[in-house]
Amino acid sequence: MSSTVEGQTLRKTALNALHRSLGAKMVDFGGWDMPVEYPSSGGLMKEHLAVRTGVGLFDVSHMGDILLRGPGALEATQWISMNDASKLQEGQAHYSALLYPEGGFVDDVIVHKLGNNDYLLVINAGTREKDYGWVKKNVSRFHLHADDVGDYYTQIAIQGPKAEATLQKLTNVDLSQIKNYWFKHGTVCGLPNTMIARTGYTAEDGFEIYVPSDVATSERVWNEVMAAGKEFGAIPCGLGARNTLRLEGRMALYGHEISDTINVWEAGLDRFCKMDKGDFLGRAALEKAKAAGLTRTLVGLEAVDRGIPRDGYKVCDAAGAEIGYVTSGSYAPFLKKNISLAYVPPAHAALDHEVFVEIRGQKVKCKVVPTPFYKRAKKA
Amino acid sequence: MAYPKDFKYTKEHEWIQVTGNTATVGITSHAQESLGDIVFIELPKVGAQLAAGKSFGTVESVKAVSELYAPASGKVTAVNDTLNQTPENVNKDAHAAWMIKLELSNPGETSGLLSADDYEKYVAEEK
Repeated sequence: MSSTVEGQTLRKTALNALHRSLGAKMVDFGGWDMPVEYPSSGGLMKEHLAVRTGVGLFDVSHMGDILLRGPGALEATQWISMNDASKLQEGQAHYSALLYPEGGFVDDVIVHKLGNNDYLLVINAGTREKDYGWVKKNVSRFHLHADDVGDYYTQIAIQGPKAEATLQKLTNVDLSQIKNYWFKHGTVCGLPNTMIARTGYTAEDGFEIYVPSDVATSERVWNEVMAAGKEFGAIPCGLGARNTLRLEGRMALYGHEISDTINVWEAGLDRFCKMDKGDFLGRAALEKAKAAGLTRTLVGLEAVDRGIPRDGYKVCDAAGAEIGYVTSGSYAPFLKKNISLAYVPPAHAALDHEVFVEIRGQKVKCKVVPTPFYKRAKKA
Repeated sequence: MAYPKDFKYTKEHEWIQVTGNTATVGITSHAQESLGDIVFIELPKVGAQLAAGKSFGTVESVKAVSELYAPASGKVTAVNDTLNQTPENVNKDAHAAWMIKLELSNPGETSGLLSADDYEKYVAEEK
């Protein structure tokens, strides 16, 4: 893995050569050279559908991992993140976020409780250095050490209704016993003590596994998972499908639905923010923001007229006045609709309310719809 | 991918097939390949006047929006509306999935466009 010089050397995951040998289209994603789609898989649309109906594999090794270890680990985690980590049991994870004292987002994270004094934060790729620096600074008064362990792991996401059947062939862990947002350690592809988490960013069932980041092991595991999933139509999936999958599931993307200038209430992430757990960074600002009331809120839009609202497009009211903007928008490959997430004033957030997204000078009619746009069926 | 010899090509990856004063326009196989899954196409109305080199519509894949540039000047005489419902036909066969037909205002204009061989070379260099 090469070091990053702004705009020059892109970082590479251990699976980079494999992606290239598969003929993936590569893009710069937050300083990382990553596959956006694989024409050999049939492209973004096929990849998206594979995850909704079968199984798909993603290299998500660009995600960062911060380990907080020591007697003060829980206290530190509670201080720097908004969800209540004291509620986590060993082997459980939850969605949370790191907040600035002003109330905006440093990043969103998945907090895993590895043990009583041992927490793992999985963070975004584009914010790795920022997050680590910020965590390090803000946990310095607690008894623990904070380590950036991201480079030690190749993280592979196996996602889709056939993810369990695929991965079960390669591990001694009974995967049916791992609940959503829980994890276990076990042997995977002959590698002992491998973390298997029932997590993902696709709004589908699936697992994320963390294996050693040397090229030989990473490629071997990837190829073994692909082979195990072959009968279910497993294909490699890129960041393009990852984005449309998470959008259908209304999952936030840093720099879009959340950022340093957006707060938890606006983003509608209230249920992951535990104001009664004790003090934490950003809490006072959030209390103030709550008292002041919302000036904007995140809504789901579906295009009624022809056109695809996309990131950054303006949202207008019926009179043509600008009232907000689209944070993420795309054609939704599974729903076969043009969907988007947008910030608008609460007065425009009621279901079925009509707004207009400006697309190359044209006002395209959209209506507010319930989110998530897509919700997977509960297991029987 | 074979590029039809009787088409001319632009550096913006449109093709044009000229027959006398009329022409048919679409995007190249290379264009559809780099765009990926095409999900939306916006075309002008019949009667619209196009100027060579100017945008006449857009084609969108899941990931990207791309402008369509007129290979020649003229009046739009037909629009392939079936692409509204089946934009993926451009991915399936870009050289058959025509977008618009034109009545050329200056047929000589197209002589400056690329031949199939030159376009193929141009695309190979771009990669």
